Amino acid sequence: MEQATTLEHTEDVYEPSLTPDSLGKLGMWIFLIGDTMSFGALLAAYAALRTGAGVIGWVPPSEILGINLTAGMTFLLICSSVTMVKALESIQKGNVSRMCTFLGLTILGGVIFLGLQAYEWTHLIKHGLTLTEIPEHGLKGGAIAGSTLFGPTFYAITGFHGLHVTGGVIYLIVILIHGLRGRYTAEFNHEVEIVGLYWHFVDLIWIMVFTFIYLI
Amino acid sequence: MAQNGHNEHPKYMWIFLWLAVLTAIEVGIVIPDFPKALTIILLIGLACAKAILVAVYFMHLKFEKRTLAVIVITPFLICVFLVIMLLPDLTSDKRHEGIEKPAAEVVETTEH
Repeated sequence: MEQATTLEHTEDVYEPSLTPDSLGKLGMWIFLIGDTMSFGALLAAYAALRTGAGVIGWVPPSEILGINLTAGMTFLLICSSVTMVKALESIQKGNVSRMCTFLGLTILGGVIFLGLQAYEWTHLIKHGLTLTEIPEHGLKGGAIAGSTLFGPTFYAITGFHGLHVTGGVIYLIVILIHGLRGRYTAEFNHEVEIVGLYWHFVDLIWIMVFTFIYLI
Repeated sequence: MAQNGHNEHPKYMWIFLWLAVLTAIEVGIVIPDFPKALTIILLIGLACAKAILVAVYFMHLKFEKRTLAVIVITPFLICVFLVIMLLPDLTSDKRHEGIEKPAAEVVETTEH
């Protein structure tokens, strides 16, 4: 009897402070912090290459990239972030079908974003923005000249972000399938919250990429 | 850390509206001919405002323990530090001159 009491006491002492819910969430946050550094390094390298172009010069992004299309893509990602928080809000209130609808809309937003990016890339490649060359004429019609590093930095950074969106869409589809099978309830929904963290992060990074690569 | 089931939801539609308006302002700033430095400062300011809105409300940082916010801010500070460390390179125009001159001298000596 005395031994049993001691064991019980020991278990109390060694109870982990992180619950399965918070452990998953902390894991995602740690991943996102690492990912922030990856994007930070890419953007810092872009700044160094752009300002370091010196006498060769750097073509203003508005001469090559279509700002209106990307502004639309930014708006689309913001919309998909809203549908994501709505999905979490729905399941926290116990409404599974509403959560699935909003998750579906979020996935749709991600897929359209990827489609638009594919369209943009195809268009740019056709107009001569490759890994080794820049187009001869700008969007405003005049001849343009500048560092050929425009292409590789643009494709590396937007491509890295596009891969994140692709990963996010797959991740969301997995969560949606779980949702449709009735895995989530008003009490058990931390997995939806965790996929939400990832998706909002992808949106947050795009806000930065849009500003640094397209607007500045 | 986990606060599942909290009933206090922020007004997401307001945040959405703010994000949309800030994006429109960003695109609007690029069109007129403001001084370049001013445009860059405004754009970075607006981007940071949007990023903070997403992190605080959509990622629910406002409802988490403050420790998590401190942990999350750290990589952003390190990124800023990274750019500051690159500043001597970013602002130096002499870098190219330095590279070109010795290269020209090498060509000359090999010709002799």
